[in-house]
Amino acid sequence: MADTITAEDPVTGEEIEIPADVEVGEIVDSPATGAELEVVSVDPVTLEEAPELEEDWGE
Amino acid sequence: MNVGLLYSRIRRDEKLLLSELRERGHEVTKIDVRKEQFDIAEPPAVLDDVDVVLDRCLATSRSLYVTKFLENYDVPVVNSAETADVCADKVKNSLALEKAGVPTPNTEVSFTTDGAMETIERFGYPCVLKPVVGSWGRLMAKIDSESAAEAILEHKSTLGNYEHKVFYVQEFVEKPGRDIRVLAVDGEPIAAMTRSSDHWLTNAAKGGEVEAFEVDDRVRELVEKASDAVGGGLLGVDLMETGDDYTVHEVNHTVEFKALNDAVDADVPALVVDWLEAKVQNEAGFAEATA
Repeated sequence: MADTITAEDPVTGEEIEIPADVEVGEIVDSPATGAELEVVSVDPVTLEEAPELEEDWGE
Repeated sequence: MNVGLLYSRIRRDEKLLLSELRERGHEVTKIDVRKEQFDIAEPPAVLDDVDVVLDRCLATSRSLYVTKFLENYDVPVVNSAETADVCADKVKNSLALEKAGVPTPNTEVSFTTDGAMETIERFGYPCVLKPVVGSWGRLMAKIDSESAAEAILEHKSTLGNYEHKVFYVQEFVEKPGRDIRVLAVDGEPIAAMTRSSDHWLTNAAKGGEVEAFEVDDRVRELVEKASDAVGGGLLGVDLMETGDDYTVHEVNHTVEFKALNDAVDADVPALVVDWLEAKVQNEAGFAEATA
């Protein structure tokens, strides 16, 4: 398994494991709730609830 | 080179590109489009040192405006504002393909439910109603009957914003359970895959199964023409097989390639960065020659 680090889930307040190589702007799924969380900073890693899907998103 | 990566969400696609760029020793300036202010005259400081900006905005509206700002600032951007403008809107996309002589599904646009109903009756059932802006197969409707058509049109007209009152009706193409995605750089295919599903929507984002596809001469020709039609760049060209030929239904301008990268042997992010390096080098050479 890839290296992991822990960070605080902003929804539940629990410590969750996420991949160690996350980038700012990346989305991770909370293993606790399944919610999408956005990495807003690294070192230390801070997570926020990710924005909801918008109609004009895509490729 | 210093590559500005314009983003609001780092998907696996962007992560692959970031890794490739960094491994080759390029500098990367990540530009979160949500955090910047774009003055009509002065570029934001974050652009000071970038040689090229790669537009990977997830939101089409942001992509359209920011590429225009970048061009006004004389900052090279991939893809261009022109390409973004044509590809972001299915009406413009279809018009460009038709004008360039690229086979594309028969499509009509109308602005009232009555007008759309006339097209639907003429095309016959099933036919397809698509939002003019959108992606990943969302809000696409395969219309199988008159009653379904009436319901969908009423919903769009009552519940939708103004863009949903632009009714884009397209003939239904009987494809063999799959469509084809070709990733191309300035019209040159670098990788291709099929997307298969029992569902009429075969998008990878909808769970379509992907498999490598070998580009034949006709696909190569159509991809080149389709790319030229929308202004070129790094594009995802979508085709369907019609039995004796192909039809191009869409060209995407902030193309995702993670599913493609998994499906093919080629190293897709490496090929994209090869192209980007060559593009920047050519433009630098051109600027030097004309200085």
